[in-house]
Amino acid sequence: MATGQARETSPAPATAAPDGDDMLLRIESLVKYFPIKGTGLFREKEHVHAVDGVSLSVPRGQTFGVVGETGCGKSTLARCIARLHDVTSGRIVFDGQDITKLSQRRMRPLRREIQMIFQDPIGSLNPRRRVGSIIGDPYAIHGLAAGSERKRLVQELMERVGLNPEHYNRFPAEFSGGQRQRIGVARALAFRPKLIICDEPVSALDVSIQAQVINLLADLQADFGLTYIFIAHDLSVVRHVSNSIAVMYLGKVTEIAPADKLFTLPRHPYSGALLSAVPVPNPDLSDQRQQIILAGDVPSPIAPPSGCRFHPRCPKAAPVCVSDEPPLEPRLGDGPEHPAACHLPMAEGENLADFRPSISEDERVVEVEGSLLPDDAGPEATAIADALPARGEGGKP
Amino acid sequence: MLSGPATAREASGVTLLEVEDLRVSFNTPDGVVQAVRGVSYHIEAGQTLGIVGESGSGKSVSTQTIMGLTRGALVSGRAMFEGQDLLTASPDQMRAIRGAKIGMVFQDPLSSLHPYYKVGWQIIEMIKLHDREISKDEAEKRAVELLRLVGIPQPDRRVNDYPHQFSGGMRQRAMIAMAMALNPALLIADEPTTALDVTVQAQVLRVIRRMQEVFGTAVILITHDLGVIADVADDVLVMYGGKVMERADRRTLFFASHHPYTEGLLQSMPAYGGERGRLRPIAGQPPSLLAPPPGCPFAPRCVYVMDRCRQEEPPLDPAGEEPGHLSACWLPHIAADREAIRRRVANVELAKSAGPAGA
Repeated sequence: MATGQARETSPAPATAAPDGDDMLLRIESLVKYFPIKGTGLFREKEHVHAVDGVSLSVPRGQTFGVVGETGCGKSTLARCIARLHDVTSGRIVFDGQDITKLSQRRMRPLRREIQMIFQDPIGSLNPRRRVGSIIGDPYAIHGLAAGSERKRLVQELMERVGLNPEHYNRFPAEFSGGQRQRIGVARALAFRPKLIICDEPVSALDVSIQAQVINLLADLQADFGLTYIFIAHDLSVVRHVSNSIAVMYLGKVTEIAPADKLFTLPRHPYSGALLSAVPVPNPDLSDQRQQIILAGDVPSPIAPPSGCRFHPRCPKAAPVCVSDEPPLEPRLGDGPEHPAACHLPMAEGENLADFRPSISEDERVVEVEGSLLPDDAGPEATAIADALPARGEGGKP
Repeated sequence: MLSGPATAREASGVTLLEVEDLRVSFNTPDGVVQAVRGVSYHIEAGQTLGIVGESGSGKSVSTQTIMGLTRGALVSGRAMFEGQDLLTASPDQMRAIRGAKIGMVFQDPLSSLHPYYKVGWQIIEMIKLHDREISKDEAEKRAVELLRLVGIPQPDRRVNDYPHQFSGGMRQRAMIAMAMALNPALLIADEPTTALDVTVQAQVLRVIRRMQEVFGTAVILITHDLGVIADVADDVLVMYGGKVMERADRRTLFFASHHPYTEGLLQSMPAYGGERGRLRPIAGQPPSLLAPPPGCPFAPRCVYVMDRCRQEEPPLDPAGEEPGHLSACWLPHIAADREAIRRRVANVELAKSAGPAGA
């Protein structure tokens, strides 16, 4: 399996025929830069490196999760796959066909097979149009089914996603958040697509409603054999729905692993830190576990750090991490389904909190002296506390 | 039996804020929205009280009302803080309390910080407003110390930055610094980490926790995330439909909850590290607060619903063995009796789901 290893300059020989290929989607060294304005007369063009050399494969009929923090490029990646953005370089092969450079016209039949569900169910529905006509849009645009036939199809869809078909003539505002997201699902489902890209589909919903939508997506996948790319920042949700998960940081995939494996045996220190930061709804577990609190913030994607992009914040960083970019490949005897881009991967039972980076201070993010972040802030912090006014002193009527 | 590990902070036993039968409603073109319908709770000095609930449960409105931030609302009840009723306090009295004695942190730090003024200036203004004698240099020194305290790198330089030059996590930390500037006895944090990434959330929660350890501040943490509650709260208040459904200490809430709504919330969450079976969502939608149903607000969605629930409103009574565990539900308070009902309902559900398949 070529999972995420397309680092060679020439892409692998012609992709396997659609028949017998168990990968619905292959992405090879995908790059997407957004130009931004430089300053000065001879301004050098600067770019936001939103997605910077991502390679991965999505198997048919499975759910492929993508996690990462704000600005890691996960949504840009999704939009590149759906060809809502043109890519800077690299290849996207969907169902055996290279769609990277297809014209809008030739892309059109493929649009039926790749659909998206967005985070904000209000923003993605036109408030002035009736729900029936919103869900019927795909049929109208592709010139399939009109009149009563279209209405019948739409009502079938509505029923399938758990909406009352009698609400055909209502406006989006008359539905609750969870129901609006069901409208989005119905619309994506109109042409029985092969791939649905879910970009934070449940992030805006309350917990109890979120569970309803997740169950609906699982049922639809079982019924129609759908393949999902599931993007979310909530790791427990992604783990629940995904077969395998890719972790992204600053435009790069840092690790790909089967869902359970990622949670039990993460190889990349970033995965480890990310997982340790997830709040666990279980007081006993949350008391026991040791949180790795990363210093500082994600660096700018305009001039990302050299070598491994995580090195300025990594507790295990060594000089090699600054100079060489680690390839995404299986580490420490892992199978091909679990590659990680790290020179110093975490071994089983290793505790990140025991490590200190062995690189110079100007190469890493350093926590402030006297700040409350380290556990042993003790005396200095108390000294600062003493400097503050005694309680109630400040409040003069 | 359910006493927590040694990490749990000792509550002081001194009641800091006592809210009694708080009711808040708003006149809207559609009618009167009863956002909060008789909420009572208390918080002790140094304690962390988590308030958890979904959109529209009244969790934010109840605390904003106490701070006098819901203008135009119809309010009744009492909120006693240091011998003073905050609901009847004059605007001048409230101004002396807000900030100095009760600090607040909101969800969106970008809209809480003024974009035209430097972060440091905004903290200094806050300090000077309440302490007229302090010199400008001293106030600035204190602002720098506060920024250092919440882990802003190079605070002496960043104090002169504008809010847009800060990242999301840094802005929220600056807000906490501002809220703590006058060493308040109570900090109200309304969804302080909802807009932040998990790693940043962990940083901010740790800052709040350490602030509390150093200053002994009591914290009311409002959130929809049960994971955050499990992390930081001592006691938890579960709200639904403008009412308190359950109050319990953290461990009792997660391991021996009484109210079916709490049970439903916990079951809707994907288990961490457990089985990846089907989620068990709560069916239906939250009630409309324009015309809340009579009886228990959760009755229409409850799997254990009885006739009584639809007519009589259950009082918030002691439940279970733990002292301080309160629940507003007609289900028996003895765990064994409740368990029998739970099992019966589960069997009925099972039969229902197996029925159509077998037919």
